[in-house]
Parts: sequence; C-alpha cells; structure tokens
Amino acid sequence: MADHKNHPHGYYTGDIHNQFVEEHHDPNSKKAIWRTFWILLFITIFEVAIAFAPLSHGLLVTIFIVLTIVKAYFIIAYFMHLKHEEKGFGYTIILPFMLIVYFIGMLITEGNYIGMMGSIFK
Amino acid sequence: MAAEATVKQESHSASMWKGGKSPFNVSWGKMMMWFFLVSDAFTFSSLILAYGTMRHRFAEVWPKANDVFTHFPFYDGHIPLAYVALMTFILIMSSVTMVLAVDAGHRRDNKGVALWMILTIVGGFMFLGSQAWEWYHFIHGTPAGAYIMPNGDVYKVAENAYHLHHLNPPHDALVSPLHQVISDKAVIADIKSKAEHIHGANLTRNEYGNPLFADFFFFITGFHGFHVFSGVIINIIIFLNVLAGVYARRGHYEHIEKTGLYWHFVDLVWVFVFTFFYLV
Repeated sequence: MADHKNHPHGYYTGDIHNQFVEEHHDPNSKKAIWRTFWILLFITIFEVAIAFAPLSHGLLVTIFIVLTIVKAYFIIAYFMHLKHEEKGFGYTIILPFMLIVYFIGMLITEGNYIGMMGSIFK
Repeated sequence: MAAEATVKQESHSASMWKGGKSPFNVSWGKMMMWFFLVSDAFTFSSLILAYGTMRHRFAEVWPKANDVFTHFPFYDGHIPLAYVALMTFILIMSSVTMVLAVDAGHRRDNKGVALWMILTIVGGFMFLGSQAWEWYHFIHGTPAGAYIMPNGDVYKVAENAYHLHHLNPPHDALVSPLHQVISDKAVIADIKSKAEHIHGANLTRNEYGNPLFADFFFFITGFHGFHVFSGVIINIIIFLNVLAGVYARRGHYEHIEKTGLYWHFVDLVWVFVFTFFYLV
C-alpha cells in the first residue's frame, strides 16, 4: 500500500506494461487486426449462407459449433492479445473451460432424458 | 531522465505483488480483468447451458428461430438471420475500432485513441439500438398472432410458420405445437373457440411457442445487452479521460487495454448467443 503513496502515478503495473510494449510492439499490428476482422466477417457470412443449405441438421449444428469456436479463438488470441501473453497465462484462462465441455455433455443428456420420460409418461 | 526511469522501475519491480516479480509477466490490473472475465464467462456459460438443457427437454415443441426473428428494417417481408447478422457485424466492427484504439495507445497517439474510442462508443450505441428494435418486434409479435389453448398449447397461424411454407398450407390453416398443419375447418373453428388470440411474447406467454424460449431470450440477450450498456458507459468514461489527457500524462494507455478486454469479451459472448439462439 505504501507504494501507492510514494508514486503519484499510481501502481507499479505501468512499468511492466511499458517494458512489454517496447519489447514486443509489432509494426504490422494493424494488418493483423484487419486480417482478423475479415476472417470473422467471412465466417459469419458463411454461417448465414449455409444455414439454409440442404444439409442434415446434425451436420449443420456441428459446423456451426466448430465455426463458433474458431471465431472465439480469433477474438481471444488476436483482439484480446492472449496469444502475445505468456503461454502459462493462456492456459490459466482457457483450461477451466474444458470442464464446461464436460458439463454441456451431462446437461444435454439430462435434458434429452427428461424430455423422453415426459413423452412416455404423459 | 533515463537514469530516473531506471531507478523508478527498480523500486517498482521490487514491490510488485510484494514478491518482486509479476507472474506471467502481466500487470496486476490486466490479470484481474482476465480473472473477472473468466468468472463472467462461467455465468454466461451456465445461462446458455440452462437454455440448451430446456431446449432438449422440449425439443419437439421448441420454436424455430427462423420463424421468430424474420424482420428487417424498411423491408416488409420475411428474411430470417439477416438482421441478427447485421447486429453481429456491428459488434465485430466495434471490436475492431476498440483494438485499433489499443494499438494507438501502444504508439502513445492520444488523438488516435480518442478517435477510435468514439467510434467504438458509436458502435455500442448502434448495437443497443438494434437490440431494442429486435425486442420491440419480439414483444409485439405478428399481426396474425397465434391461438393459445387453456393448457398452454400454442397453435400458430400457417402464414407465420415459414419452415412449413413448402407444403403450401391453406391460408386459414393452423400449425400445432408439434409443427403439424391443421387444415380441417371444423377443427380450426373448435380451436379458435376455445383458445385465446395472442400477439407477441412476454415472460408468461409466447406467440411463437414454448414460453421458456421467450424467457431465455429475454434473460440471456438482456443480460448480454446490459453488459454492452455497461461497456459503453465505461468506454465513455475512458474516452473523457483520453480527451482530458489523463493517460498522456500517465505515460501509458493500459486502461484502454483493460476496457478493451471487457469490450471484446462482450463481442465473444455475442458470438455464442448468435450461434445457440439464432443458428442452431
């Protein structure tokens, strides 16, 4: 706490940040931003376009979920710069969501089961 | 000047987290923003999971999104997905302007930061306006409406069941909750005499089918919209600070990065809402 009083510019975070920026600042960053934008836009347009294609529902759902995860990857990695942070930090953020995948499996199964029982025992 | 900076940096680094160094070489503020976003992502995950569970629970009577969200401004017809794709585009665009503001901050370009921040705020307001428009149409419903039985079964008017249009149902036909076309005039008259004619959706009744669909729609898009709203407010505060030169004096623009993380997270959540509410 004493540090705050000694340094009117607030916290010690700024210096780490500046160090980080000076070492890693990429002159092509704007290019990377626009590239990510075009990828996200293209995926979204593609999703809307195939929504009415004569494909089986299961296949469409799989495609949509995969593309959603691809979009999420580009937003997290490039817009939120997680790709440029330390790898260990990325794992700290991403790994907890593996449990969500397990949870999805459980709850969808449960939902289907309750629905099935509901239609048997009307 | 350089010597002073070195001294300052050393005295800082000794006290970082009181442990002498920052874990993962990331600043305290950014790390805590990430941890907040992880917990917020869990909240959204549980909401979308509850939605998925109930959707599978009521799979056969669940409304088809392409029958519900079919409006487009200044166009009097049926185009599913176009409007929500436009909303997605607006949000992605405002994410781009946000990340350009962060980029300008790295170059210590105060004017650039201000410009990209105001564009991000405009994008946020455009998205909120689009959402208000979407809610308005969902709440008011279609002119033809639907017939709701005392037991809660919703019989739609055939003209609103777009996914059955290839069957060419008669003009006055109804569609049962299980998506079957009812064209027998006696049955239609019987349903109409017992049922109540309703338009649109609220928390208890839904013209488009199962009321849970409307409940989840209001709750999840509302919760997301509230996040967008708070994001816009935070962006406005940061924008005013940029105009006042707060970050130029401070020497770094880390605040832009932190609000940027929040703003991209809002975009990220929308990507999932878009898939699970509108596409799948």
